[in-house]
Amino acid sequence: MIRARVGNGRELGRRLRDRDLTAASAALNLIESRASDDREQARALLAEVSPAALGGEAPAHIVGVTGPPGVGKSSLLSRLVGRWRSQQRSVAVLAVDPSSRRSGGSLLGDRARIETDPKDREVFIRSTAAGTRLGGLAPATRAAAEALAAAFDVVVIETVGVGQSETEIADAADTVAVVLQPASGDVLQFLKAGIMEVPDVLVLTKTDLGADAVRTMADLRAALLALGASDTEVCAVSSVPPARGIIELADALEAHRRRLDLPERRRRARRRHALESFAVEHGERGLRALGGRVQAERWLSDQDPDLAVPDLERALVERAGGGG
Amino acid sequence: MVLTIPTEFWFTGIEPALRRHLKGFIQSGPMPEPPSHRLPEPDRPWMMRTYAGHSDARRSNELYRKNLEKGQTGLSIAFDLPTQTGYDPDHELAKGEVGKVGVSIAHKGDMETLLDGIPLDQMNTSMTINATAAWLLALYIVAAENQDPPAPEDKLQGTTQNDILKEYLSRGTYAFPPGPSMRLIADTIAYTVEHVPKWNPINICSYHLQEAGATPVQEIAFTMSNAIAVLDAVKQRVPQELMGSVFGRISFFVNAGVRFIEEHAKLRAMAILWDELGRERYGVEDEKHRRLRYGVQVNSLGLTEAQPENNVYRIALEALAVTLGRNVRARAIQLPAWNEALGLPRPWDQQWSLRLQQILAYETDLLEYPDIFEGSKVMDGLVSELLEGAREEMHRVAELGGAVEAVDYMKAALVESHRRRWQRIESGDQIAVGMNKFTSTEPSPLTAGADGGILVVDPEVEAERTHAVQQWRAERDQAAVDAALSQLAEIAQNDSENIMPATIAAARAGATTGEWAQTLREVFGEYRAPTGVGEAVAVGNEDLAEVREEVERISEALGRRLKFLVGKPGLDGHSNGAEQIAVRARDAGMDVVYEGIRLTPSQIATSAAQEGVHVIGLSILSGSHRELIPAVMDALREAGAEDVPVVVGGIIPEADAASLREAGVAAVYTPKDWNLNGMMRDIISLVAERHGVQSAVGA
Repeated sequence: MIRARVGNGRELGRRLRDRDLTAASAALNLIESRASDDREQARALLAEVSPAALGGEAPAHIVGVTGPPGVGKSSLLSRLVGRWRSQQRSVAVLAVDPSSRRSGGSLLGDRARIETDPKDREVFIRSTAAGTRLGGLAPATRAAAEALAAAFDVVVIETVGVGQSETEIADAADTVAVVLQPASGDVLQFLKAGIMEVPDVLVLTKTDLGADAVRTMADLRAALLALGASDTEVCAVSSVPPARGIIELADALEAHRRRLDLPERRRRARRRHALESFAVEHGERGLRALGGRVQAERWLSDQDPDLAVPDLERALVERAGGGG
Repeated sequence: MVLTIPTEFWFTGIEPALRRHLKGFIQSGPMPEPPSHRLPEPDRPWMMRTYAGHSDARRSNELYRKNLEKGQTGLSIAFDLPTQTGYDPDHELAKGEVGKVGVSIAHKGDMETLLDGIPLDQMNTSMTINATAAWLLALYIVAAENQDPPAPEDKLQGTTQNDILKEYLSRGTYAFPPGPSMRLIADTIAYTVEHVPKWNPINICSYHLQEAGATPVQEIAFTMSNAIAVLDAVKQRVPQELMGSVFGRISFFVNAGVRFIEEHAKLRAMAILWDELGRERYGVEDEKHRRLRYGVQVNSLGLTEAQPENNVYRIALEALAVTLGRNVRARAIQLPAWNEALGLPRPWDQQWSLRLQQILAYETDLLEYPDIFEGSKVMDGLVSELLEGAREEMHRVAELGGAVEAVDYMKAALVESHRRRWQRIESGDQIAVGMNKFTSTEPSPLTAGADGGILVVDPEVEAERTHAVQQWRAERDQAAVDAALSQLAEIAQNDSENIMPATIAAARAGATTGEWAQTLREVFGEYRAPTGVGEAVAVGNEDLAEVREEVERISEALGRRLKFLVGKPGLDGHSNGAEQIAVRARDAGMDVVYEGIRLTPSQIATSAAQEGVHVIGLSILSGSHRELIPAVMDALREAGAEDVPVVVGGIIPEADAASLREAGVAAVYTPKDWNLNGMMRDIISLVAERHGVQSAVGA
């Protein structure tokens, strides 16, 4: 039986902590599961990879890559993964597919477009449907990223969209790269109007397109300057052979991470994640019992910063009155 | 007295006014006016071909000579998938596919053997070759110049299919991204117009669009849009004064389904649009250059595995669609065999189809009359209906930036049409005799023989070919090959150069198909075409609602949504079936991982393991299931996913199905399993059983 082979969550968590990449798929099977005993095991798994258990934040760089459909995210990821692999860094990609339908089913085709060597055991790709939540991450994606961050050197969360999902991805990733193609006027407007938060890194793809690319690049720089975000890196890349700008982009992502107060960003991510899960489970009434979102977040920041998300969530439930 | 004027003089050398005068003079000549309902002399029959080739060059050459003896008047070469996609027989991706759906041709030596004893200055050869068309044309030119006596390139007649857009849309044997592929097409056209003037460098295909589910309107519109994309690309690469000849050399490869009246109207509509395009968009003045010329292979999609003998009638009726009306009669015809839904046709099956053509041409009175539909209200009405729809659809494609830019749109539209067709068959709205109606039958004596009524390719062929190509490489002048390939790479990088001369030089030097393609892959990059499944509209009917509920129930019990991997291993690009399964599974509520065509067994196994799927469905239509399915099972074991149940679908003879089940495959589906909801039920109960969950449905 496959379910029996999944083993218990604690064991899988330990294997991930020991950087055993073959545990990744079974770990995600558990984390994605809504069955109640699986959820218990997932909680045990996440506790094993929490900062408390690891003795610090998980070592991976969690990179969010987001952008509108068709801008070349998959080609870009193919090249980026190639770059990271050439540095002997293991990579996990969590591809969140927006194509969720009334039937509940989805077609997940993204992994095909990310070219990798199928025999390379240090690249792991998992696709998930965004589920019923609007424009956001799949419910289990944050937990998946937290778990895989213990085992892999780089964890990528890939989402589709612009304007809504950046905030959520920013709460899950250390570094967020928004990907654009030449002549993306609407995105520029979003940026200028403040509808969209300024990402950590902006990537302009298809720079082989020439004049359009040069113009868009100039527009982007001007917009960032006007927003007072002139230190946001803008990287121009071309993913068709001969690929250009990939090394520079990988370096820019790395540079952002070095500048970052990583523990603080991760703690904030865990607090928001716990609060989000709590809100999904207990609704507005639950949030009111905590004195509202802002109060709850403030309270969470006083808790042990190294706790895993399920434990933070449990603390919230207790504070809200043990009910549900 | 007939006035003879050299053609080239006639078209270019004479002052237009004088030409009009001469034309009038000839028309008012002493010839008596024939009665308008009869031709003064019966027309010559169209060119008769059989799409043929298998195993290696020697065996296929024998087959061609026999076919010509039987009265076939042209050759139609079927290449195997490695040759079509640019891999040598010893490449990893060629495994299981060598010599299967056509002949394996790796170098000029193979091409010479293939055409041995067939004088190429007299033969008319059609080659079904696309991504590697420039290369196979080069091999053909070199083989011709090495014949005794040599056949110079300006004497060669024939066709290279060379239509890449429909490969992205339907057939799947592409190798390079759209931009460089369009350049290869434009280069072959530019080269042949100048050096191989009797060659049809491209056959723009509506055929495969219909096989992928296109409605007549889509078939017309997408094909014409495709032609525009090609012509626009060529326009950049030839002088304007040659555009008339270019336009005149473009031919089509069409399909004809069993609704033969409407199918005929479709061809008349295409002829009108083509003439219009030539005149208005490309300024082609000569009316002859604007005439629609096409070859045809009639529909295979509608051929059934159930009561396969009925297919003979279907094929005959479909042949009428392309022969009845003289104004748009096919120039060349090849007919499928009655047993295509069962496996590969044998020489006898192909002979039976050739005889059909010969009866139509030589026994009936078809060729004695002028166009029999002229003045028909029904026909004119149908044509204008189709024209209206096609123009609208062409406009949509143009708005998206033309056919190259609109590949995603067109692919999704085809998947959607095919889904509707399938749904009509399932609901019984569309009748397929012997399949969803009138199903009670006597056993067919045609399939009772020891071979099951199909051709089985000798399994030794792959090893033989692997050895032969390695020997070829060892014995040739390696320095000459290296030099030719590095020259080719250099030319490829320079977009303003024509790729053909360097390609012909590489063919002469003895380079292989795989080396030519690999050189270009390194310069151009590789490509994955859109799958088109994401945009297909969700269906809803009661039967599916029931399946959906069961998916919900099982998913709840599993803890996760039922996740299903649909995979196409090997080089087979016929993805229509796999796409329909993927779309239906999604509509049934499953999470479906579908990655498109051309996956190696290890890619499929890796995906299955990493994605944590509950079940795997594999589709193969090229006959390579005997090699590839066990290879996938091995790879699954290696990836630690051996517990995931596997089902297989494709053109799979019963004897093979049994051995696949023995190898651990949970279920085998063939074209007679047309009920997709039934298949979904099977898959759900299979997963339920493996996970110890009670299932309420079941086969």
